[in-house]
Amino acid sequence: MGFRLKSTTFAAQLIFLNKIREMNNYELMVIFTPVLSEEDFKAAQNKFTAFVKENGGKVTHDNPWGLKSLAYPIQKKTTGLYWVMEYSALSDFNEKLKIQILRDETVLRFMATKLDKYAVEYNARKKSGVQHYSGTEKAEA
Amino acid sequence: MAKTNEIKYLTAIKTQQRAKKFCRFKKYHIRYVDYKDGEFLKKFLNEQGKMLPRRITGNSLKYQRKVADAIKKARQMAILPYVTDLFK
Repeated sequence: MGFRLKSTTFAAQLIFLNKIREMNNYELMVIFTPVLSEEDFKAAQNKFTAFVKENGGKVTHDNPWGLKSLAYPIQKKTTGLYWVMEYSALSDFNEKLKIQILRDETVLRFMATKLDKYAVEYNARKKSGVQHYSGTEKAEA
Repeated sequence: MAKTNEIKYLTAIKTQQRAKKFCRFKKYHIRYVDYKDGEFLKKFLNEQGKMLPRRITGNSLKYQRKVADAIKKARQMAILPYVTDLFK
């Protein structure tokens, strides 16, 4: 009995460990200060993509939106350089990334979002250039 | 001879019914509400940038929750304002 109890807890631990090592899909959006030059903006992007790769993650897509006006001022700035990156990484990676981003003074604001399977589907469709995706979905259904 | 309980109107009453509201996410099979698409999310806001209730938009509870999350994310990332006047 005691042995069985031990084995179940061990199995539970294994499942827990596997869950930690699972790769998840995330999306990171960063707003940089508008004063950055073109090269600095590129360098900042490369820094974070390199950091993802260093930590065993995979960058699936990245999309610099460029200069965009903010809906309200952040740090007294009315515009910002937007950058969106999709990546898959381990679940403990975002905490490490957060430290790196907070150390960077050129970042006004950032947000990492976990993507569910519908979100991944949506982003893939958007990348392939289908804008009004609802129509095609409807035809399939 | 006419019945006593029969009611007669001078002008014909309007029998036209309002079109039934529907959840646009269910109808068009939209499974994910994107926080990056500010123009789309504006449909669920009033002039002051406040969220519209389900009573008016007709969203199902499941998607109203997702819309709410998306709007709040968009506000954080300065895609949508928290407060404004004359939004539209």
